[in-house]
Amino acid sequence: MALSRRTLLGLAAGVPVSAAPAACGSSGPGKSGGATYWYLNGQPQEGVRSSAVDAFNKAHPKDQIKDTTYQNDAYKTKIKTAIGAGRAPTVIWGWGGGTLRTYVEAGQVEDLTPWFEEHPEIKKGLFPSSFGAATVDGKIYAMPCETVQPIILYYNKRVFEQVGAKPPQSWDDIMALVPRFNAKGIAPFALGGQSRWTNMMWLEFLFDRIGGSEVFQAVVEGEKNAWSNPAAITALTKVQELVKAQGFVKGFSSITADSNADQALLYTGRAAMMLHGAWSYGIQQADGGDFVSSGGLGYMTFPPVEGGKGDPSDTVGNPAQYLSISSKAGAEQKKTARDFFATGVLQDAEVKKWIGNGSVPIRLGTEKLLAASKSADFLTFTYDIASKAKVFAQSWDQALSPTAAETLLDNIVKLFQLSISPKQFADNLNAVTAK
Amino acid sequence: MSALTGHPSRREARGILPWLAAPALVVFVGFAVVPLVGVFALSFTTWDGIGAIRLSGLTSWRKVLTNPGLPHALWVTFLVMAVSWAVQTPLSILLGTFLAGRQRYRAVLGVVYFIPLMLSSAAIAIAYKALLDPNFGLGAGLNIHALSQDWLGRPGLAFGVVVFVVSWQFIPFHSLIYQGGVQQIPQSLYEAAQLDGAGRIRQFFSITLPQLKYTVITSSTLMVVGSLTFFDLIFVLTEGGPGDATRVLALDMYKRGFQASLMGPASAIAVILVLLGLSLALLLRRLGGGDAGASQLEGA
Repeated sequence: MALSRRTLLGLAAGVPVSAAPAACGSSGPGKSGGATYWYLNGQPQEGVRSSAVDAFNKAHPKDQIKDTTYQNDAYKTKIKTAIGAGRAPTVIWGWGGGTLRTYVEAGQVEDLTPWFEEHPEIKKGLFPSSFGAATVDGKIYAMPCETVQPIILYYNKRVFEQVGAKPPQSWDDIMALVPRFNAKGIAPFALGGQSRWTNMMWLEFLFDRIGGSEVFQAVVEGEKNAWSNPAAITALTKVQELVKAQGFVKGFSSITADSNADQALLYTGRAAMMLHGAWSYGIQQADGGDFVSSGGLGYMTFPPVEGGKGDPSDTVGNPAQYLSISSKAGAEQKKTARDFFATGVLQDAEVKKWIGNGSVPIRLGTEKLLAASKSADFLTFTYDIASKAKVFAQSWDQALSPTAAETLLDNIVKLFQLSISPKQFADNLNAVTAK
Repeated sequence: MSALTGHPSRREARGILPWLAAPALVVFVGFAVVPLVGVFALSFTTWDGIGAIRLSGLTSWRKVLTNPGLPHALWVTFLVMAVSWAVQTPLSILLGTFLAGRQRYRAVLGVVYFIPLMLSSAAIAIAYKALLDPNFGLGAGLNIHALSQDWLGRPGLAFGVVVFVVSWQFIPFHSLIYQGGVQQIPQSLYEAAQLDGAGRIRQFFSITLPQLKYTVITSSTLMVVGSLTFFDLIFVLTEGGPGDATRVLALDMYKRGFQASLMGPASAIAVILVLLGLSLALLLRRLGGGDAGASQLEGA
């Protein structure tokens, strides 16, 4: 009885299921037909990406690019699975660094070094600092694109006025501000802690400001016990002190950054400050009503820590976004993709759109456009950070291998929950990053 | 005419019957047996999901079995299973018994209760996540202090929310099973009980509950084995967090396989999940007293 019911259910379920692979075969990324391109959704960035594709398709009626969009956290899994299954899109959008290295080691992406040698003008037109995360063992496997996105300390000027406080100039200032905001029922810092990389930005800056950029560089190089560096332990301890002092908004560990709820806390005045990527400016401009246009949003670089060794000009974030070409794509698709890189990426119209959204595109020679835009102050600020940083470190989860990054993010959440000590954190990570 | 064609067609039917099962069998082998064998084989390899698959013997198994994450995930899985069973079963039996009544308003209520079952787990999780948001959710919106807890941000509360949402979603289904079970109980048993002067409560405990024995086993098997595979709901609701407070085995498997790119250990966990599910289902059948097909209605 039980068996027959199950087989019956199996039969009923089987019809649509068995029809699915056949459907995938024709609509999924095949070897022939136009090139495919997956990227992240979410405005205002999505609009810029899709209009670049539209413009290219219009100019090239014979080589079409079909684009599909995904949510940030979902995309990171989706793209990995698709590449592993040999069904990658022709153009792979990504963050470079450790993930790109895994693609390269598996032979899944094209070596673009010869192409860049043939087209030196393309390479010369982009921020030189953007090529670091595109390079694996001396060869370039990705085309840097879009914008430079350092992590910035945002604050709500109105809330600061209300409390009569000044933006923090040091870590001690931050710790002194925490009880003042809490006393008024305003969260000192907004944080979308469920997304995990949001918490990570705090450690990225604290490690750098306290011990200098070499502390994390040692991790990347696979040095033994790199996380047990006294500067690292101090940084981990300081972040836990901030959590204990209720520096972060109530319920931060259940807030996701994908929903932009963390940014909503800042522009609605429920939180005073927020550490976030430069892309957040555009989001606050789009969602925050007149918050940005009326001058409510303040921004600064992460302040120095008393007695720290790091250079205050150092920054972290995404030096650019990266486009790779799947080595499994057909010859025609690859050609379309290369044409897109040469004549479709960061063209004048796209550059203007990025600037209009409050981002700094990685194309050189845009100073005049930046200065003339309505977000001139913020853009000049970002441009200066990006161009003057002594070290522009890549986000940790992108710089490390996916396996190490997952352990890192897991332990960061536990650190912020105070369920592990700085020493346990260091031990757990030493075990996965040492070579 | 009819007598002539009757016999051959019956004989033909006997010959065709096994073939009728063939499509189901193909689907079952293709989508259940083959992946199962594949996962078993993968558990003896090292694979990052992108590059080449390398045989590595028992490395993955050793990694999984020595990882402190495994006992924790097993414990969380067991807790979710036990607590959600303990919450769902009594409520479903009561609701099912109530809905088995023939009054029209009960039929209307039955339709209303059924609604959660028609929603996808992901949609339910997103809705609850929004409602429970400590800053923009129901509590904050209505200014009800008791509701504006950090529901998904504190381990104990998050666990409670998971059990609550799971129950909210699945109680309708189990109520339906119990409703059917109760309606199968012959009216004559109740009439006899009434003649003997048994009240409603006595009738419930002496007739309804014992008669539902096999329905309880069926429903419990579905609950217990089903709870092993809770993934979508928890993934969207908490992503296994805060920390690893709600990281059940299925989620642990996904995180290791698809986020940390460790397909070997993830496959080993999948094998553990399969074994666990099978043994639980067998155990429940055993508890049911051997032949679960036997009728309780003999002599009724």
